[in-house]
Parts: sequence; C-alpha cells; structure tokens
Amino acid sequence: MVPSIKAPFHKKLIAGIQSQVRIVRDINEKYATPRIKMTKWVKIALLGIRIYLIVLVVILAYKFVTLVI
Amino acid sequence: MKEGIGARARFFYRYRRFIKTLKIYLMIAGPGIIVMVADNDAGGITTYTATGSMFGYDLIWFLILLGPIAYIVQEMTVRLGAVTKRGHAEAIFDAFGTFWGWFSLGDLLLVNWLTLITEFIGMTAALAIFGVPPILTVIIVLILLIVMVLQGRYWTWEKIVLLFCVLNLIYIPAAFLVNPSWSTVLSQGIIPHLPKGGFTSQLFFFLMANIGTTIAPWMVFFQQSSVVDKGMKEKDIPWGRFDTMIGAVFTVIVAIFCIVVTGTVLFGTNIQSAAQAAQGLMHINQYAGVFLAIGLFDAGLLGAVCISLASSWAFGEVWGWAHSLNNRIREAPWFYLLYLLILVSAGAVVLIPGAPLVLITLFVQVIAVTLLPAALVFLILLLNNEEIMGKYKNTRLQNVLSTVIVIFIITLSTIYCLTVVFPQYFR
Repeated sequence: MVPSIKAPFHKKLIAGIQSQVRIVRDINEKYATPRIKMTKWVKIALLGIRIYLIVLVVILAYKFVTLVI
Repeated sequence: MKEGIGARARFFYRYRRFIKTLKIYLMIAGPGIIVMVADNDAGGITTYTATGSMFGYDLIWFLILLGPIAYIVQEMTVRLGAVTKRGHAEAIFDAFGTFWGWFSLGDLLLVNWLTLITEFIGMTAALAIFGVPPILTVIIVLILLIVMVLQGRYWTWEKIVLLFCVLNLIYIPAAFLVNPSWSTVLSQGIIPHLPKGGFTSQLFFFLMANIGTTIAPWMVFFQQSSVVDKGMKEKDIPWGRFDTMIGAVFTVIVAIFCIVVTGTVLFGTNIQSAAQAAQGLMHINQYAGVFLAIGLFDAGLLGAVCISLASSWAFGEVWGWAHSLNNRIREAPWFYLLYLLILVSAGAVVLIPGAPLVLITLFVQVIAVTLLPAALVFLILLLNNEEIMGKYKNTRLQNVLSTVIVIFIITLSTIYCLTVVFPQYFR
C-alpha cells in the first residue's frame, strides 16, 4: 500500500523500506534455483572461487589486525 | 576503352560497397570502442606515464601483448549480451543463484564507486594544472555527465562518448611534440626484452599494474549491458567483435603513445601520477604538458561515464527497473537517480578536506581482485553452457585461450593486490 503524498515522512519512509524488502524477497524467490547445470567442472570452479575469496578475506583480515595492533 | 570503363565500374562498385560497410559499422560501433578506450581511465593513464618515466620504451612490447588479452575477454561479453539479451549481473543471478548474484552486485557497486572516486581525483588534478578549483571541476563534470544521459537516446549518448574517445588520441600529437627518436622507440619497444637491471620487484610491480589496468570488473558488466541496451542481436556479433578489436587496437595505441611521451622527456624521474607528469612536462614542452593534462581529464571523464552506468545498469537489471538510456527520466526515474547518486557521492568525496584519497586508490586494487576472478570465471562458465549460448558457445580454442588468460589475470592481479597490501614482502 503506497502512502498518500500528505502522509507523514516516517510513514513514507517505512513504506519505502517495506517495498524494497519485498523487492529483495521477490528477487531471492525468482533466482532461488540456479539455472546452470551443476556439472563437475562448474562445481569445481565455484568451489575454487569460494576458497579464493575465503583466503583473500583471511589475508586482508590479518593485515587489518596487524595494522590496528 | 571498354576495359577502362570496366575498371571504373569495378572501382565505383567497390567504393559503394566500402561506404555501405562503413555505414553499417558506424551504426554498430560503440560498446567495444567505448569500453576499451575507457579502460585507459585516469588510473590507466597514471600507470602508463609512470611506466614510461621508469622504464622508457622498454615495456611497450608488453602493452602490445595485453591488447589481444583484453579483446578475448571482452569478445565473450559481446556474445553473451547479444544471445541472452541480459546484462552480466542478471545473467549471474539467473545462472548461479542469489548468493553469487548478491555477492557480484554488491562488490561491483563498491568497487565501481571507489574507482569512480579515483576518476574524479584524476580529473580534478588535471584541471588544477589550468588553475581550475576542484569544486568547479566536479560541478562541470557532473553537469556534463548528466546532460549526456538525459537526452533519452542510447544512440546519441554513444556518439557523444565516441567523440570523447577520439579526444583520447591527444597523446599521439603530444608524443610528436616531444620529438622522440622513432627508430629507438621501435628498436627498444617492439622486441620483447627485459629492461636494464633484469627482473626486479619493481619491474614485476609495474607489469602487474599494467595488467591490472587492462581488465577491470566493470568492463565485463559495462560492455554486456551496453550490448543489450543497444539492442544488438546474434547477427550483429561479427560487427561487435570487429568493434571490440578496433577498440583493443585503439587502447594499445593510446597507451604506447602515452609511454612514448614520458619515456622521452621524463625518463628516470619518479612519477607518481599523470598530473605530476603533465606538470613536469609543462616546464619542458608546454603544449605536450597541456595535451597530457587534457588527455588525463578526458580519460577520467570516460571512465566516470562508463563506471557509473555499469553500476546503474547492473542494479536496474536485478531490481527490475526500467534501465535503458532510451528511456526518459519519467520512464526510468530510479535508474537515473542511482546514476546521479553514484556520481554526486563520488564527486563529493574528492572535495572532503583531508579525505584519504591515496588509501582509496590502493583500496580499489584490493577490492577489485575480490570481484574480478568471480566475474571472469562466471563469464567462461556461461559461455560454455549450451542451453544458454546455443551455437554461440565457446569453441575449444576459445576455451583454452580464455582459461589461460583468466588464470593469468587472476594470479597476477592477486599478487598485485598482495604487493599493495604487503609492500614489505616484495622489496
């Protein structure tokens, strides 16, 4: 339900946030199932990227911690 | 006599065929050239000027090698966009699900926003040489970039941007102004070799920096969305390829001439930015310095327009907003609002007194390597899916080449990221 133009600001803000949350939920539903066929190579590639990202995040976290300490 | 008439008729026929082909190309030309020229953005020009001042002409051959690499990666986005009629962000959501979709979209927005700040840094530094205060530069750029998209036609926007691409060729007259020895440029630059001193950590850093400027995550997203917005179809793929190839040649030429300028005049000096190079050149050859500054501004502007659009397109695709440059503001308000917000916020950061601009520039490299591997691997996986690509899927040769290139780019850009984060281990 879209609030009228005369509605108070906080109501418009809440309605706006709710509508964005709804959109995100719709996107999550729409793309819930990956369309690509999960062959052995696709699984290996996706696992590789996950490991790469985890290693990178650990390295950057280490840098951040050593920088702060 | 008859033979003469026949020859003239043949010539006339060939001429008309050439004009017709040229007209078709000019209709199709755009995404490939724009993305490749915008690849030489403010960060790219800074890298080339620093490379020239540090190694002279010694690394020109390496830049020539990078041209085909950029072409092979970007050509895949042309096919993917023309066949699926979807941008890269939407394609990732659709093919790999929400986890990878949100990761790519969030990372893209962040890295693009940070890169956009570096474009503004380049543009303000370039115009500061002419005494223009940063706030005025930011305002001028914002007005220019907003006016460019508001006329409501993709075609018009594209042709305006192509004009700015032509301005990028300003490095060619700048190179002639500094009178290099062309025989030395050819003998030192074309044949692959290591500079004096051999393979040092500094050389390694520069090689990686040049690779880092060749392929950026936003380029993959931008060209695919651009191909979709332009309405290219499967039959246009050969033209899209040709366009991308012309763009790759264009970008390498600009990079080479940029290196020739600083390699001739500033060889041996420690150059940290393109603006510093332009200022240094002013004392030696005023016109060359002015050309370098104009080129830097133009590079930042091209980078800014492409990067902000790449984000808006990606967000619009996933959010389901109208997201075409063919839409008027009334038809796609959120798309244009996001474009404006991204630009204004990035421009505002540059104006904050004491903003950590150097840190931001370094951070761009770090964040880019978190997105680049995923974007490139997804590209190859999508291009290998017969259900999605049909007869346009990658051939075995394309797969071998693209896989080798992607592994090469991922490895070196990751090492480059590590050299930025942990410089003490790479001295």
